[in-house]
Amino acid sequence: MASVVVAFELGGRPVEVLVSPLATLQQVLRTQLGHTSVKDGCRQGGCGSCTVLLDGEPVLSCLLPVEDVAGRRVTTLEDLTPVDGLTTVQRAFLDANGFQCGYCTPGMELVTKALLERNPAPTRADIAEALSGNVCRCTGYVPIIAAVEAAAAAGSAAAVVASEGATR
Amino acid sequence: MARLRGTGIAAVNYPTGMNLGGDPSQALIHATTSGSFNVVLAAADLGQGLRTVMAQIAAETLGVPYGQIVIQTADTDTGPHDMGTFASRATHRVGNAVKAAAIEAREAVLQLASEELEVSIADLVLDGRGGIQVAGSPQKRRDIADLASRAQFQYGRTIAGRGVYMKPKSDVDPETGAMDPDSTQAYACTVAEVEVDTETGAVAVLSIRSAYEVGQQVNPALVQGQITGGAWMGMSHALYETTEPCYPSRDHSPKDFAGYLMPGMAELPIIEAVVLEVPSSNGPYGVKGVGEMTANSPIPAIVNAIYHACGVRVDSLPVTPEAILRGLDALAQGKGAA
Ligand code: FES
Ligand code: FES
Repeated sequence: MASVVVAFELGGRPVEVLVSPLATLQQVLRTQLGHTSVKDGCRQGGCGSCTVLLDGEPVLSCLLPVEDVAGRRVTTLEDLTPVDGLTTVQRAFLDANGFQCGYCTPGMELVTKALLERNPAPTRADIAEALSGNVCRCTGYVPIIAAVEAAAAAGSAAAVVASEGATR
Repeated sequence: MARLRGTGIAAVNYPTGMNLGGDPSQALIHATTSGSFNVVLAAADLGQGLRTVMAQIAAETLGVPYGQIVIQTADTDTGPHDMGTFASRATHRVGNAVKAAAIEAREAVLQLASEELEVSIADLVLDGRGGIQVAGSPQKRRDIADLASRAQFQYGRTIAGRGVYMKPKSDVDPETGAMDPDSTQAYACTVAEVEVDTETGAVAVLSIRSAYEVGQQVNPALVQGQITGGAWMGMSHALYETTEPCYPSRDHSPKDFAGYLMPGMAELPIIEAVVLEVPSSNGPYGVKGVGEMTANSPIPAIVNAIYHACGVRVDSLPVTPEAILRGLDALAQGKGAA
């Protein structure tokens, strides 16, 4: 089959890629676009390491033909990381030691971001549910849960400051 | 049918490293033109934090800030020989090699400082902040980064060090049977609480609490990370992970994360640990090893807790619901060794 051109938005910028039909979004992001925060743990939907945000929602990029994201909004951890410094979620993972080898971390952080946008004060059960598709082989998950809780607390503190600012 | 709770205990002593066949690690250190120090190793960081603790040991020994150390690892083409990262040996073995290499590099810097300051090396002290000064005269000072840089451009010298640590091969004395089987021993004790559902055979782990004695900690946060992750791995090994059973044939053995079970966040018990520090005599700055052992004692502690809860003594892993139900049946028929 002939190659096709697929156009989508990556980190707020339009991109066009020439791909073989049924190439996965994971392959294209890693090898053609250099977004290696998108990891390659199992290529069969079992580990969550390849998670990206598609129109703001977490999806497994290893299971998604890149043609399916034509015209849509893709976000990876590279896109969210400020040039200088860290996001609230990244800072919380760093402070809580929420990783060892770091292979699961980009997926964990993207799912956490999406969770906190939808549910700024998640319970432990909410956190476990949201991250149930993300495998970590190193940490025993305890510091990851602590990181998500710290990110939620930091996010709500920031929201209070912002709303106080707005009412003044 | 009931949910029965039980408590189990188990202890481990762990002989750091591979002790019987000769177990060497090497390190090379050289100063760069910017005054930072490259530490070249073949040992690999698996994510446990080897690079961090090696940089801490090198910085401590050289008397420079942590940020002045660059660790190059895991290239067996360019790094000096290392047996590898396994058996909780790296902090002890590689750490000793790094410390020895750093001492040799430090001697080269001290030599230069003694020439410039016109005092003997014995009169020089490291200030721990990247400086060398004459003891009692802090104004007579040289910056180590500066010296290292000038060594290359002004003096045409290297600032470098070689380090090796080896646990020698130990043979059994044919007369007495004696040998030297270990380097240093780390210890731990774990208490686990479980709840066994006698209807389904499912086991929930409620808590895993441990006490560790691991020698001097180089990095307490990383030690805690090993302990917490290891408790989860022990629980996973005790109750979940296996390439068996594979009914009705081997073709049905697990091939992915859907079939190869591990506990997730929803199954997490309370995991807590305290750490005691009793420095070893032969580790760098008194370290022992803490890695593999963290997944050891949780396993028998959980199995003992299951026995305490419901009287079923299981002797093969993992303890599946099927094993529990078969054990309960055997007990009910009076055949079990309760
Ligand atoms: S690589 Fe996509 S879920 Fe594992
Ligand atoms: S930190 Fe290694 S897999 Fe999560």
